Amino acid sequence: MNIALFLQMAAEACPDRPALTHDGKHYTYAQLFSAAKRAALHFSATNCKFVCLLDTSSPATPIALMGAAIAGIPYVPLNYRLSEEQITPLLDRINPAYLISGPRNETYDVDGWVVQNSADFLSDVLNGQEVEVTWHEDPSAVAVQLFTSGTTGIPKAALLRHEHLVSYILGSVEFMGALEDEAALVSVPPYHIAGISAAMSNIYACRRVVQLPDFDASAWLRLVADEGVTSAFVVPTMLTRIIKEIDAGKLDPKAFSSLMSIAYGGGKMPVPVIERALTLFPGVNFTNAYGLTETSSTIALLDPDDHRAAIDHDDTALRARLGSVGKPLPSVEIEVRDEDGRQVGPFESGEIYVRGPQVSGEYDGRSVLDADGWFPTRDAGYVDNDGYLFLSGRADDVIVRGGENISPGEIEDLLHQHPAIADTAAVGIPSEEWGEVIALTVVCATGQTITEDELRSHIREHLRSSRVPEAIHFASELPYNETGKLLRRVVREWFKADED
Amino acid sequence: MLKPGTRLKSAVCDAEFMIIKAGDSDTLTCGGVALDESSDRLEGESDKMNGCLIGKRYINANESIEVLCVKTGEGSLYCNDEELMTKDTKKLPSSD
Repeated sequence: MNIALFLQMAAEACPDRPALTHDGKHYTYAQLFSAAKRAALHFSATNCKFVCLLDTSSPATPIALMGAAIAGIPYVPLNYRLSEEQITPLLDRINPAYLISGPRNETYDVDGWVVQNSADFLSDVLNGQEVEVTWHEDPSAVAVQLFTSGTTGIPKAALLRHEHLVSYILGSVEFMGALEDEAALVSVPPYHIAGISAAMSNIYACRRVVQLPDFDASAWLRLVADEGVTSAFVVPTMLTRIIKEIDAGKLDPKAFSSLMSIAYGGGKMPVPVIERALTLFPGVNFTNAYGLTETSSTIALLDPDDHRAAIDHDDTALRARLGSVGKPLPSVEIEVRDEDGRQVGPFESGEIYVRGPQVSGEYDGRSVLDADGWFPTRDAGYVDNDGYLFLSGRADDVIVRGGENISPGEIEDLLHQHPAIADTAAVGIPSEEWGEVIALTVVCATGQTITEDELRSHIREHLRSSRVPEAIHFASELPYNETGKLLRRVVREWFKADED
Repeated sequence: MLKPGTRLKSAVCDAEFMIIKAGDSDTLTCGGVALDESSDRLEGESDKMNGCLIGKRYINANESIEVLCVKTGEGSLYCNDEELMTKDTKKLPSSD
């Protein structure tokens, strides 16, 4: 069991189909598979214990992933945007590695390592004779090691074994399920789990991938039109920017009529954004995908029919589903548990636990699965009467005010609906009296204003007085990392700075 | 023993398989001839040559065995004399 089997099967079934488009150049499945085998030989000829990619998306992304898999060496894509101070300690943890780096990170040169720039690596593996390689076939070998973004501390190395990733793909993707003219636009970076799963699932579906290395809304829209893109995955901030770009440029959504489906995930999608997207693209199938690095990507889906039912109905329960992440995949079980580990009923909040063959739940060789194989996600949420899952934030983000647990999402969801507010974040800050109190940051919509008093009375009117923030801060924008994750730590620091 | 991940070849056609799940004593045949890791070509039994298709997952009635076809062939897949059938899976929207 080896993830490279997906590429071998695609190359067997449709060798001449285009597999990848990068910078206007096309590569077939046969080319990618031959290159992956040559890459496996290169990796095996060294004493490296890891294959590290420190670059934006390029043909090197699937080739290094699959080549490392054939050779049985863990593939470790790193965030190329990190500073040298952040990258060096990560490199120390993957010693010795075969390092493939892009133009931004070409200065790294470690003793005893093979260091190659992406262009040289590609010219080595894309050309030459066909090679035969011995496959590494241990299903429990580590296929991919991803460092978590470290928003709450030192990055953890999440391990995904071949058996987890193979289970995920076989359970969720139909082999050669894509028609010849389908194309998926991939704008998530290679070091994100969505980048890994996009590479694997599109190869298994035999769907051409169009790579957009650095997301930019106008470049994204241009590629959709130029390459006849039929599907895409975006994080919420990307969708927000795409909509802004269309609205600001008064672009005709018909120019993007090749687009059949958009999947989104990787962070909480504000309901007004998805509502606007559904209106702008009435013919597009929208899917909300909820997943984590430690679960080999998607574990729950809100499918296109759920989206349509929600937008077409005035029924509150159906409409509320636009804020849901849907139902578990057929091979995945999900439970919501309270602090004592007991499963709770519908509409009761707790921590989300997940179990299934795609769930790894393992860091640096340390498993955090419980005795029955359940993984504590640290995400807080609840299910409705029909089993639809709603997220209310990270369990660590819950604000505990005088013993009462307050989810930041509750306040943020309300304010996202307010026309004067473009974005907002609620965080807990220390208080002698209450333990923690609510601190709110607000970004006003262009040309709009709202006062602190108006904010407080709006919250008091719609929620409870315990949800009224103690401190309010106005900002021009909120801090997000490049994959759309809100950096609450930074927001908390703003309030510390306000006090000083 | 058929461990998950084991790759096997048909002895009668081009078909290749990967074990997803199997019991210790299960015996797999294609075209009536035992699967092997080698590629000697033998004659299949004519009534067991209905074909198998790349990308399909094959299971028995109680789903104690599951095999992925990784290369198409003319032989049909049997486990302990029970013909395996393709597993119907719910089609999911693409989420990546």
